[in-house]
Amino acid sequence: MADSLPLPGTVDLTASVPSRPFVDLMHDWVTTVDHKRLGLMYIAYSLCFLLAAGVEALLIRIQLAIPNNTFVTPEVYNRFFTMHGTTMVFLVGMPILFGFANYLIPLMIGARDMAFPRLNAFGFWMTAFGGILLYYSYIGGDGLYGAGSAPDVGWFAYAPLTARAFSRGHTMDYWALSLIVMGFGTIATAVNIIATALCMRCKGMTLMKMPLLPWLYVVVSFMVLIAVTPLSAAQIMLLIDRYLGGHFFDTQAGGSAVMWMHFFWIFGHPEVYILVLPAFAFANEIIPVFSRKAIFGYPAMVAASVGIGFVSLGVWAHHMFTIGMTPMSNTFFVLSTMLVGIPTGIKIFNWLATIWGGHIRFATPMLFSVAFLFQFLIAGLTGITLAVAPFDWQVHNTYYVVAHFHYVLVGAILFMIFAAFYYWYPKMTGRMMDETLGKWHFWLMLIGFHLTFDFMHIPGILGMPRQIYTYGPDRGWGMWNMIVTVGAFVQAIAVLIFVFNLVRSYFVGKPAGPDPWDAWTLEWSTASPPPVYNFAKLPEVQSRRPLWDLKHPEDPDMNYE
Amino acid sequence: MSAVPIVMPAHHPPAEENLSRGTVGMLCLIGGESAIFAIFVVAYIFYIGKSLSGPTPGQLLDVPIFTTICLLSSSLTIWFAEKALHKGAIRVFTAWWAVTIVLAAIFLGGTAREWYGFIYHDHFTIKTNLFGTTFYSLVGLHATHVVVGLLMLSLVLIFALMGKIQQHHADRVAVLSLYWHFVDAVWVVVFTVVYIIGR
Amino acid sequence: MRARGPVFRVLPPAACAILLIAARETAFALTDPASHVGSMPTNIFSPASTPARESYAATLFVFGIVASIFVVVGGLLAFAVIRYRQKPGEELAEPPQVYGSNQIELAWTVIPVLIVVVLFLVTARVIFGVQDAPHPANALDVTVVGHQFWWEFRYPKQGFVTANELHIPASNPKDPQPTFLTLVSADVDHSFWVPKLGGKTDLIPNHVNQMWLDPSQPGVYLGQCGQFCGAEHAKMLLRVYVDTPKDFAAWVRGQQQPAATPATDGTDPNVAAGKQVFFTNSCVNCHTIAGTPAKGRFGPDLTHLMSRDTIAAGAAENTAANLRQWVKDPDTFKEGCLMPAMKLTDPQLDQITAYLSTLH
Repeated sequence: MADSLPLPGTVDLTASVPSRPFVDLMHDWVTTVDHKRLGLMYIAYSLCFLLAAGVEALLIRIQLAIPNNTFVTPEVYNRFFTMHGTTMVFLVGMPILFGFANYLIPLMIGARDMAFPRLNAFGFWMTAFGGILLYYSYIGGDGLYGAGSAPDVGWFAYAPLTARAFSRGHTMDYWALSLIVMGFGTIATAVNIIATALCMRCKGMTLMKMPLLPWLYVVVSFMVLIAVTPLSAAQIMLLIDRYLGGHFFDTQAGGSAVMWMHFFWIFGHPEVYILVLPAFAFANEIIPVFSRKAIFGYPAMVAASVGIGFVSLGVWAHHMFTIGMTPMSNTFFVLSTMLVGIPTGIKIFNWLATIWGGHIRFATPMLFSVAFLFQFLIAGLTGITLAVAPFDWQVHNTYYVVAHFHYVLVGAILFMIFAAFYYWYPKMTGRMMDETLGKWHFWLMLIGFHLTFDFMHIPGILGMPRQIYTYGPDRGWGMWNMIVTVGAFVQAIAVLIFVFNLVRSYFVGKPAGPDPWDAWTLEWSTASPPPVYNFAKLPEVQSRRPLWDLKHPEDPDMNYE
Repeated sequence: MSAVPIVMPAHHPPAEENLSRGTVGMLCLIGGESAIFAIFVVAYIFYIGKSLSGPTPGQLLDVPIFTTICLLSSSLTIWFAEKALHKGAIRVFTAWWAVTIVLAAIFLGGTAREWYGFIYHDHFTIKTNLFGTTFYSLVGLHATHVVVGLLMLSLVLIFALMGKIQQHHADRVAVLSLYWHFVDAVWVVVFTVVYIIGR
Repeated sequence: MRARGPVFRVLPPAACAILLIAARETAFALTDPASHVGSMPTNIFSPASTPARESYAATLFVFGIVASIFVVVGGLLAFAVIRYRQKPGEELAEPPQVYGSNQIELAWTVIPVLIVVVLFLVTARVIFGVQDAPHPANALDVTVVGHQFWWEFRYPKQGFVTANELHIPASNPKDPQPTFLTLVSADVDHSFWVPKLGGKTDLIPNHVNQMWLDPSQPGVYLGQCGQFCGAEHAKMLLRVYVDTPKDFAAWVRGQQQPAATPATDGTDPNVAAGKQVFFTNSCVNCHTIAGTPAKGRFGPDLTHLMSRDTIAAGAAENTAANLRQWVKDPDTFKEGCLMPAMKLTDPQLDQITAYLSTLH
């Protein structure tokens, strides 16, 4: 089998790691500029926050499980959902996806590191510092005299609720500052990814021979540059209002609350695609390998990704159908939103065609990927229903919307992140993750996910707004919320199994070898884990699947591309 | 399966000439910065004439023609400097570089003088009204970029005076001058919006 | 490949069964108003006013389309996943490699485009139909002012103000008398939402919005604030009373009266004392009682407090005991609301409750 495939010149197994004092090791990690270590640090960092925000989600679900619950006070509840949202988007989603990008892109394009290794370290530490700053607000949010505080205005923080008159203390300042700091870190990483993918590809790898993962990350990074910066600008304005007495969002002095909404969603909607495109990228790598077929329609996949990137910049006001825009603006944003469905549909069809006629191997990464296909299909379709503005007038800001975007964020993105863990963990550590635990993780996650987020649509249709800390028993939402809460705990158990598997496999996992999945892209041509320099000799490629060419010299890909 | 070397004989010409990392990185940064400026410019334009109290731009603003000419011509001088370095004429480079810094400093001085007049004589601050908030934010954001650029330019000048700048640094200096051209180009937008449309 | 453990033979069917039950329960609950789930006073699928009905029709249409897409695409996916799973003996042989097909790509680009065009046209028609509806001369105009965390309703033509419980006349479908709401906010963003009567529209400071309703069936319709507005957003509840035209006219006449003057025959000495308490404490700074010096605008108008079924924007029923507790410590019902506890003594609380109870 392919495990034994020798790849002379690319694998260097002579590097030995002498044992060294702990402090030295820590020093190495803190000062590292190696893309693999930074990638792992990104991933570890975001896993910590995933657990934190997951606990917040569970506390939210406990509070909502029954009507008129008094498990937490309104203030505490409002902090939970604000921190849960902010954490999941900025401290889990983006860092974990950038972590994989950092780790994988240089390996997949046959480079020794990112274009700017030190900028890479800067980006990571800015992000890390931003996260700590945000969570410090639990301690310092009231200026050290209060009994613990945190932002409590929702993750989109509509003005003027964020003004000094309505948000006293410093929680909003921590929130705004930490998002600015993280924003700069993210922009640094985006610059780095673009420069790496454009300038560091190995010999023979033209742009159209680049694997789809780096391609999608290039699109994501361009979107970060154009979409995250408006958020930073808006946060700067907010801080000018709060600290210097400015009036950008001060409605008493003629400022506009609507302007904040526009600025936030100009960031906020592309952000969804910034998070989901990397999930597509993982699917583009994993689904072909486990179907044993080349990706169907590579150029169409690239074009669809670029198309999604462009269109997603022009749809933001579909978050604002209820603010009283003119019918003309509303119809414009209905149309632009529905148009996103077209490139997205192309992607789903291409994945379907990739599976079609293959020999599907249901290892854990593929299980998660198949679940992703179904769940993303549903998420996309409920997204189409929300694009119908008259329906959105009803369910905007309800649990229907919450269920829809969790279908994307959990059902599509988190599922693909899990798939990516099972798929690339052997490369990162040299050991396989346990398949039996992986299957437990998958099935419990699947059941928990559907219990939670399928049923969560219903209270939305029954009129339950989001961001409410409690509700009366007369509304008929109680039973549905109880089911949702139960599902949330099933998911929590699944995630704990995953974490256990992650840690356990590091010590006792089966040795992986360089190419455990019989895959085709360059990262599998070097040792697992790769040496510091990645490739002893820089590779040269002729097609999109260099290892396929290698394994099938009788029928190489380059004859078809 | 038999051992096959990953390096296969090339049948096609080598990959396209790769762009310089520095240039790509700087262009990306400029793209992101443009989005930040775009947001502030949109806010400025949106709030023109929406202040609930005076003063208005027409009462206060004088068109800063001289400093604008200084800043815009600094784009030209930095280009001369760049050309000189490319040819290896280090002294010419240093001279044009120093002129660029002087021009930038004159521009900043002009902004400082304008703000001093507003704040101490007209008592017009960022708190006064929407015009104040947007004016100081937008012009201040640009001035911040000029300051950052000036610091970097000065650093290069110090290196040049110490004799550390060589011809082979031309590409790196070109990346820096790209940033400077961006700062100048943004001023054209800010100038048009604040001093022409907004007045 | 390792053999699959028994657990993983059981789990997939179990997961499918749970999903089927979910689908069945959903369909059951949403279509049968008398299902075991109980009352669903804010179900958007039982509209009672034209804007809500228009939304509902568009919703059914789009749900039908996306459900068909799901059946087709999901079915294809399920078929492919089952049909093309690796079978014994296929471990070593790779399947034929297919790299793409422009014709197929074109086909599955064009079909979604057509679907989008249809959906877009239907949606646009409904948007213009609802948003561009004419304002007939007989329409009732009400100005809704959002406050943290209560609703102020101003009837400018009728000349009175009330709070939290909006009364509007039932509209006769033959001769519609819609109600047009002008939505503004006194502090932060809110959103007016009564699901059975129509979609939500935001109340944004410094930004005036409009919406309209025309329910024909008298009754009470529930809703609540649809945009997070601070600590007690969850208890910024909303009740709309759709009255018959006759009842509505009577209600308007009642609201137009100045506040009841407490009886001076001494039947209840607490009432006069309570009035004293009200006017010597800071109650008057925030509340209005028409015909008295109390002209505060920060809290709800109390002129006809007793004409309402609830207090604290729907957080509690309007009973003497609740009223007393509310004045004593508002946090009992609404922790974090802006009304302070006035630190009154027990006799004072009894007196003020007695006085408030006269405000019919």
